Amino acid sequence: MYRYIIKRILLVIPTLLGAAALVFLLMRLIPGDICVVRLGSGGGTFDERAVAACHAQLGLDRPMLLQFVDFVWGFVRGDFGISMWSGKPVLTEIAARFPVSLEIAIMAVVVANVIAIPLGTLSALKQNSPIDFVIRVFSIAGLATPSFWLGILLILAILNISHAAFGAPWMPPIDYVPIWKDPLRNLSMVIFPALTVGYRTSAVTMRMTRSAMLEVLREDYIRTARAKGLVEHLIINRHALKNALLPVVTLIGIEAAFLIGGLVVTEQVFNLNGIGRLFVQSVQNQDYTMTQALVMLVVTAFVLTNTVVDLIYAWLDPRIRYQ
Amino acid sequence: MTIASPVIVDDFVEIRRSPWQRAWLFCRRQPLGTFGMVIVVIMALAGLCAEEIAPYSPTANDFAAMTEPPSWAHWLGTDQFGRDQLSRIIYGARTALIVGFSCAMIASVAGLVLGVGSAYFGGRLDLYLQGVLDVVMAFPLIILALAVVAIFGTGVHNVITAITIPLIPRCARVLRSSALSIREVPYVDAARACGFGHSRIILRHMVPNVVAPFLILLTAFVGQAILAEASLSYLGLGVQEPVPAWGLMLQGGAEEYASTAPWIAVFPGLAIALTVFGFSLFGDALRDALDPKLRDR
Repeated sequence: MYRYIIKRILLVIPTLLGAAALVFLLMRLIPGDICVVRLGSGGGTFDERAVAACHAQLGLDRPMLLQFVDFVWGFVRGDFGISMWSGKPVLTEIAARFPVSLEIAIMAVVVANVIAIPLGTLSALKQNSPIDFVIRVFSIAGLATPSFWLGILLILAILNISHAAFGAPWMPPIDYVPIWKDPLRNLSMVIFPALTVGYRTSAVTMRMTRSAMLEVLREDYIRTARAKGLVEHLIINRHALKNALLPVVTLIGIEAAFLIGGLVVTEQVFNLNGIGRLFVQSVQNQDYTMTQALVMLVVTAFVLTNTVVDLIYAWLDPRIRYQ
Repeated sequence: MTIASPVIVDDFVEIRRSPWQRAWLFCRRQPLGTFGMVIVVIMALAGLCAEEIAPYSPTANDFAAMTEPPSWAHWLGTDQFGRDQLSRIIYGARTALIVGFSCAMIASVAGLVLGVGSAYFGGRLDLYLQGVLDVVMAFPLIILALAVVAIFGTGVHNVITAITIPLIPRCARVLRSSALSIREVPYVDAARACGFGHSRIILRHMVPNVVAPFLILLTAFVGQAILAEASLSYLGLGVQEPVPAWGLMLQGGAEEYASTAPWIAVFPGLAIALTVFGFSLFGDALRDALDPKLRDR
C-alpha cells in the first residue's frame, strides 16, 4: 500500500509541472504585449521607458526558461504576483473570495449526494418501472440543464413566491457573512447557488449509483442473502448499498470538475463575489496574472482531489493497489 | 450433438436485417432514445431551414414591441429590444449546432487519431502522449475553455477552438483503451505477418473496431459543446452580438426582466436544455444498442 501511495503522490509532480508549463505557454501566446495592454487600459499615454519598466517589473525581459522557473517557484511559495487590474496582491484577492466559493461547493456536494444516492438506489430497485423512468429522465435533465438557466429560474421562482407571500419581491443577499456570525443570512445566500450546482452534480452520481446497484444486485451473495430469508431492507442497506457505493467514490473527482464549472457560471447569476466570478472578471479585464494564478489553483485543487480519491479507492478496494 | 443453438440462429437473423429494419428495431427497443433523436432532428431542421421557418429577422429591433408577452404575432414574445424570441431561438439553433457539431467532429477525429495511433505504436510515443493528455485533462473543461478565450478572444471560431481543445484528450483516452484490446487480437498480428503497412492495419482493422465508442463520444460531445458554448456566451466570452445564440439571449435581459418579462429567461434556456437532453437520450440509447452488455440495464 505504501508503495502505491508514494507512486501516486509522485505522479502529481509531473502533472502539475506539465500544467504549469501549459498555463505559462498559454499566457505567452496572448497576441500583443501584455505591458502595452496594461498601460493602455487606463486610456492614458505611455512611452517606451514605461513599457520597459513594466517588462522589468513582470520579469518579461528575462529568458523564457528563467521566467518559467520563477513562475513555478512563485507558485510553490504562494506568491502569485500583483493583479494587473486592481494592483493588489493576487493572493489577497483570492483569499477574500475563497470562503464563499468553498461554502457553496461543500453545500452543493451535500445537496448532490442527498438527491443522488436515494434516487439512484430507488431507480435500480425499481428497474424498468415508471419510477425508474421518471428518475432517469430527472437525472438526464440535470445533465442537460445549464446551471445558469437553472439559477435564473430559481431567482424567478423566489421573486414570484416572495411577492405572492409577502407582497414585495425578495432576493437572496449578495454580500458574504460567515455562517458563525449570521447563520440565517449566510444560508439564505448560499443555499440557492448550492441547489443550482448540486442538482447538476447529482445527475452524474445518480446514474453511477443506479448502474453500480444493478450490478451488485445480480451478485451471488445477494441471492444467498435472499435465499436465507434476510429482510429486504437489510439486504439493500448492509449488502448491496455498501458495495455499490464503492465506485461512486471515484466520482468525487468528476464532481469536482462539475463543481468548478458550475461555480464559474452560478456565481455570475447570483452576483456572488467568489472565485468563479473573479475568474470570469479576470478574463474579461485581461488580468493575466490573476488568470494564470486562478487556472493553476483550480488545476492543483483538481489534481489533488483526484489523487486523494484514488488513494481512498485503493484503500477501500485492495485489487487496485495490487495491480 | 445439437445442430445449431437458437442464439446463433437469432444472431444470423439480426445480421440479415436491412438498415431500415435495424432503425425500426432501435426505435422499438429504445423509446427514450427515439424521443431524443426526434428532438435532435427538429432542432437540426430548425437550424438548417431558419430562413424559411423564422417569422421575423433575428436581428430586427422593433421598439414599439419591446418585452411583449407571447401572442399570435410573437409566439414566444419579444425581448428588451423588441426582437422576436422565436426567430432568435430558431436562428440560435443554427449557431448551437454549428458549434456543437464542429467541436464534436474535430475533437473526436483528433482523439481517434491520437488514441488509436498511441495504442497501435505503443512504447515511448504512447508514454509521452499519455503524459501530455493527462496534463490537458487536469484542466476542467470550462476553465481551459476560458483560458483559451482569454488568448484568442471571443467569436464563433474562437469558441469552437476553446471548446475543442479540452475535448480531444477525453476522446483520445477512451479510444486508446478500446484500441489497446484490439491491438492484441490475432487478426492484427496476422495482418502484420502479411506485411501490411501501419496505415492499412490502423485504417482497415483497428479504426472500424472503435467506431462504436467513437459514435457514442461524438453524440455526448455535441451536447457538452452546446452547453459549454451557452455558458461562455452567457458569461459574455463566447458568441457575440448580433449573432443569435441561446446563451447570449440569456445574458442580456434575462435577469433584469426576470419578474416583468419571464419569457425572455424561460424560452432560450428551454431550447438549450431540450437540445442537450435530446443528445443525451440519443447518446445513451446508442450506447445501450451498441453495447450488448448494457442492453438490459
